[in-house]
Amino acid sequence: MSIIPNWLYQLSSPKNFYRFAGIASNWCGWIALFLLVVGLYYGLVNSPPDYQQGDSARIMYIHVPAAWMSMFVYMVMAGSAAVGMIWRIKASSAFANASAPVGAMFTALALATGMLWGKPMWGTYWVWDARLTSELILLFLYLGYMALQSAIDDRDTAARATAILALVGMVNITIIHYSVEWWNTLHQGATVTKLDKPSIHLSMLIPLLVMAMAFKFYYLSNALRRARCELLERERDKLWVRELVGENNSE
Amino acid sequence: MRPKQRNRLILAIVIVLFVAISAVLALTALQENINLFYSPTMIANGEAPQGRLFRAGGMVSDGSVQRDPESLEISFKLNDEVNEILVKYTGILPDLFREGQGIVVQGKLAPDGAVMATEVLAKHDENYMPPEVEHALETAKKMGVANAGKE
Repeated sequence: MSIIPNWLYQLSSPKNFYRFAGIASNWCGWIALFLLVVGLYYGLVNSPPDYQQGDSARIMYIHVPAAWMSMFVYMVMAGSAAVGMIWRIKASSAFANASAPVGAMFTALALATGMLWGKPMWGTYWVWDARLTSELILLFLYLGYMALQSAIDDRDTAARATAILALVGMVNITIIHYSVEWWNTLHQGATVTKLDKPSIHLSMLIPLLVMAMAFKFYYLSNALRRARCELLERERDKLWVRELVGENNSE
Repeated sequence: MRPKQRNRLILAIVIVLFVAISAVLALTALQENINLFYSPTMIANGEAPQGRLFRAGGMVSDGSVQRDPESLEISFKLNDEVNEILVKYTGILPDLFREGQGIVVQGKLAPDGAVMATEVLAKHDENYMPPEVEHALETAKKMGVANAGKE
């Protein structure tokens, strides 16, 4: 008995995944571009300034979605790496590997914009509080994942090692999210991702969510494209890749 | 699911559980040290270290800010609604410094119990709203107070 539905099982073959990822990545790319333009316009031009921070608060339209993505991408990466390790699905491991650089980029973006925001508001670029430190550790986890993956030549061994690293790092995601509740931090508490009503005005929440969706689609588009490259490289001796290359050459 | 796959699934779950439990234990042990600052109550209870740098955090008490007109010297009180501590600082304050604002200061405890701050950081809250909404909220609050006074 299999717990994997049939269509998903078929998609997991490198050949089918390669085709699907090509189409999906293009669509996601265009949706991301559209949402990014709309979100940036509403965020930077058409939304009100903050009552306390004035126009400086507008950096949150980049900072907050980037910080959310840094955690979201990690969870997808760890899940995907675990599936790849347990069921030996190449496409899944490839997607996990493809997620790491995108996640690292979002984490670096969240840290950089946070520092730029911190200087005028808090009075300092950096402080070693629990939220900032755990987010920095997340960046190192991504970098460690990429380093480990490229240090092991055998792809199956690499997939197993990186999956274990990714799963171990999952605990940090919980720490990042709850750091502002468990300890005294300089970083303020959660605004949107809490059980209560979000404590942000609707006119600012909407561009924030649009930007978050834009980043999500960008991630899908970018990671699917990277996963395609990795699959091609991995399967370069297989028949489907040769047929694909042959087709293109004969045209 | 084949036995081999089941074994790997169990391995993955065991790893996550094991790491989660060790993290919980380690963080519980470190609880005190991860806090960025001491609250006025903790300082009043003598938990803050003597003679070395530490951070104190709280709200700036209303009407407690006193500026020296001749220099950048400033003194204010921090409270956590239970206790209050006096802070003395010389230097430039962050934009968000104001009465009622959450503040974190770094400094040393003076013999008289005041904190001689070398750095003042502002904490901002998790609320975001346009200035008009804040104004409306303030007005509503004042009217509520006025009405309560009449009754």
